Amino acid sequence: MDNAPQYVIEMLHITKEFPGIKANDDITLQLKKGEIHALLGENGAGKSTLMSILFGMYQPEAGEIRKEGKQVTINNPNDATALGIGMVHQHFKLIEVFSVLDNIILGAEDTKLGFLQKKEARRKVMELSQRYGLKIDLDAKVEDISVGMQQRVEILKMLYRDNEILIFDEPTAVLTPQEIDELMQVMKNLTAEGKSILFISHKLNEIMSVADRVTVLRKGKYIGTVETKSTDKQALSNMMVGRPVQLEVTKTEAKPQDVVLAVENLHVPSKLHKKDAVQGVSFQVRAGEIVCLAGIDGNGQSELVYGLTGLEKCSQGKITLCGEEISHASIHKRLKNLGHIPEDRHKHGLVLDFSLEQNLVLQRFQEPKFQKHGFIKKDAVRAYAELLIEQYDVRSGQGPITVARSMSGGNQQKAIIAREVDRDKPLIVAVQPTRGLDVGAIEYIHNQLVAERDKGKAILLVSLELDEVMSLSDRILVLYEGEIVGELDPKKTNVQELGLYMAGAKKTEKGGDGA
Amino acid sequence: MKSPMSLLRKKDATQSILASILSIIIGLVVGCVVVLVVGLTSDNLSLSSAWDGIRLIFAGIFSTGRDAAGQLTFGFNPTNIGNMLFRATPLILTGLSVAVAFKTGLFNIGAPGQYLMGTMATLMLALGIPSESVPTGLIWIIAFLGGCLAGAVWGAIPGLLKAFLNINEVLACIMTNWLAANLVTWMFDISNFKNVVENTKSGYIYKTTFNGVATPKLGLDKLFPNSQVNMGILIAILIAILMYIMMSKTTLGYQLKACGTNRHAARYAGVPDRRNIVLSMAIAGALAAAGASLYYLSGNTEFYWSTYQSLPATGFNGIPVALLAVNHPIGVIFTGCFMSMLDIAGVQLTNLTAYNEYITDVIIATIVYLSAFSLVIKMFITGRKKRKAQKANTAAVSTSVAEGEGLLPAPETEKGGEEA
Repeated sequence: MDNAPQYVIEMLHITKEFPGIKANDDITLQLKKGEIHALLGENGAGKSTLMSILFGMYQPEAGEIRKEGKQVTINNPNDATALGIGMVHQHFKLIEVFSVLDNIILGAEDTKLGFLQKKEARRKVMELSQRYGLKIDLDAKVEDISVGMQQRVEILKMLYRDNEILIFDEPTAVLTPQEIDELMQVMKNLTAEGKSILFISHKLNEIMSVADRVTVLRKGKYIGTVETKSTDKQALSNMMVGRPVQLEVTKTEAKPQDVVLAVENLHVPSKLHKKDAVQGVSFQVRAGEIVCLAGIDGNGQSELVYGLTGLEKCSQGKITLCGEEISHASIHKRLKNLGHIPEDRHKHGLVLDFSLEQNLVLQRFQEPKFQKHGFIKKDAVRAYAELLIEQYDVRSGQGPITVARSMSGGNQQKAIIAREVDRDKPLIVAVQPTRGLDVGAIEYIHNQLVAERDKGKAILLVSLELDEVMSLSDRILVLYEGEIVGELDPKKTNVQELGLYMAGAKKTEKGGDGA
Repeated sequence: MKSPMSLLRKKDATQSILASILSIIIGLVVGCVVVLVVGLTSDNLSLSSAWDGIRLIFAGIFSTGRDAAGQLTFGFNPTNIGNMLFRATPLILTGLSVAVAFKTGLFNIGAPGQYLMGTMATLMLALGIPSESVPTGLIWIIAFLGGCLAGAVWGAIPGLLKAFLNINEVLACIMTNWLAANLVTWMFDISNFKNVVENTKSGYIYKTTFNGVATPKLGLDKLFPNSQVNMGILIAILIAILMYIMMSKTTLGYQLKACGTNRHAARYAGVPDRRNIVLSMAIAGALAAAGASLYYLSGNTEFYWSTYQSLPATGFNGIPVALLAVNHPIGVIFTGCFMSMLDIAGVQLTNLTAYNEYITDVIIATIVYLSAFSLVIKMFITGRKKRKAQKANTAAVSTSVAEGEGLLPAPETEKGGEEA
């Protein structure tokens, strides 16, 4: 079995230690020729370390790597490239002002007397593009093409270099459902042509639909390799987390009550462009419901939230919160009735160099409970922090005095959620509250949000994750290019329809009335 | 987990102090090398005078002159110590000015300008208010507070530009420095406070004692006879302690630090970031100006008003004072004293050897370079430690930094370049 030539790449018993931690502990990964092999694990399970070893960026302490049965040593990324290993990174590595063709050949250019020879390259890329069904416009600049096409450029980069083993690192995070379907098709085409694919993901749906086999890692340990045909989502997630995880959000029917937030014809300017990023958006959020703003990243969600929370001035429109007009109110005043789980927890959510306890009173330090004559009541802050840490299970090295920077992403997010939920305001604005978190933390945060809804809070959720949108929301508003193009009922719609709205292919009159 | 972590924190503080001491030692050694080289290459200096110079650099504060045989003598010298404390007074305050701004994420390179504005307001008030009708004690207080206010206003200008127009405070500070230099020269040019009585000197403003205004000595002159020391040093130490309390115990300090370390998060939390930036700079300005006030209100000091071509070194020396103290208000007291000790050593060099006091400028310059550099080294060391600690800490959830970086928003975003 070990030397069976059917494996194009084998990583056998790989162990990699970092000071104080075994990032990879006896991990074995065997990639068959022509298969799509998924690598599944939570954040910190050791996926990236394993891939870095395959790429020669780290050297393992133990274990060996074999290509087609022969042992190889990979000392640096050039060795990996020479072995035909290529990777599509999660964040594309493209030069925006270069054309697609220039990006593809960059680093592997043909030259004659120091002059670029693009003709041959163009022919080769065109041929590859047709062979694998990767539609691209070779002469467009990368900054002008869609994210989906950028990804195809990345794939062509690997193919242009004749890579046989393709690694996809979380490739679907930035795509619409339609683009995801396309990508899955492309991946199948690639394997049909004899390429082998390693597919790193934590999205179970995708793994189930495209992968042949799955290797699961947990906390640096090898848990097992299974065939997708003989397993299911629940079993995989249990393997990944190590305990039964509830994948579906369980919630009762929403009982919407009074309007908490009313937005009328809101316009918010964009930081990057002259055009308003939010153009005449109107909607309401009632107590006891979760309204989700869905859309592809960059369609005005961030700016809409900035407008609501006061981080950005609205250029037009009216915002009413709890019967009070706040269109031009200060952030401080708005926070009286609003909890805000911000999109960027490092930029807005936390002062990373402050301790956890200092972060937990970020909005509240002026309250008499925490200060007297301008002096901070250290004991009160400490006691409050300990209470929140206990109640919301925020884990950190030193409790209240842990520096926020040193906490894990999931616990940073839990700290923010603890703070915002505990402030107990009628409206909670949660922007991508589960981004980058693992299944266990996501489950926790979803349950928190549902619990708050059931307590009669109004919740405005902004999410890019379709599963989250579908399972958590009571109402979906789709934002496309700064306008609401549709209002959907998650019970009556499906991911496909939602995707069409998100891509701007479909529009309802009702949602677009503000435009 | 708890004990090794707190040990690390302790180590961190130790690290800072070690880094500062290291840069001081290297600075002194470099000074000695300069002394040696100059001594060996100059005709009027010899190896033994180089040895004298080196001894004075290290122990100038304890120098008691030369004995009958012409050998340097050392011992407890209260005059030197008193003068050291006197000269430390403005340095401590400009150091505090830079340190407090630093703690709130601002680089106050405008201390010289604020110092000059403080000088001007103080002298004009101290000399301009008639002492026949107003008690001199009251004039002193008015002059001191007026000086602080002028510095606060001068500091607030770059603060306002930063807060509302997002203009880098370093640029604005450099410009306000020269504005101050010219403004001060001009204002004194047209004033009638120029000392034309003592013809032996020209270009100086009257000492405040001309109007009977001087900082009380509080008996410190008995403790350190023949020195210029006065109550000013006590006020400086008191202000340093107040700053420490403000920064670490009050809601104001909390706000200022929050705005300084992450303006975006402060805004998000409803903290008025603009007001706090202006306030930080105003406080920094007031501190630098307070240094000037205390220096010129002593009654022993004269101000050379034609400053339009040069900025007071005391203002700039606040930067190394703050850097050496790692921006800790209490630490500033000691580093301020250290810097003034070098000053005294320079004076001793001039008086007792053929060297001049510029040797100490070389030492100070070296220390400035190294203190900035050692901060980098320290950051590097602690950065590595932090990363290691982080790895050990979050063993359960995060096994590698690379993994986290791939899935989380970029961890360095809050240190955005625009703030730097």
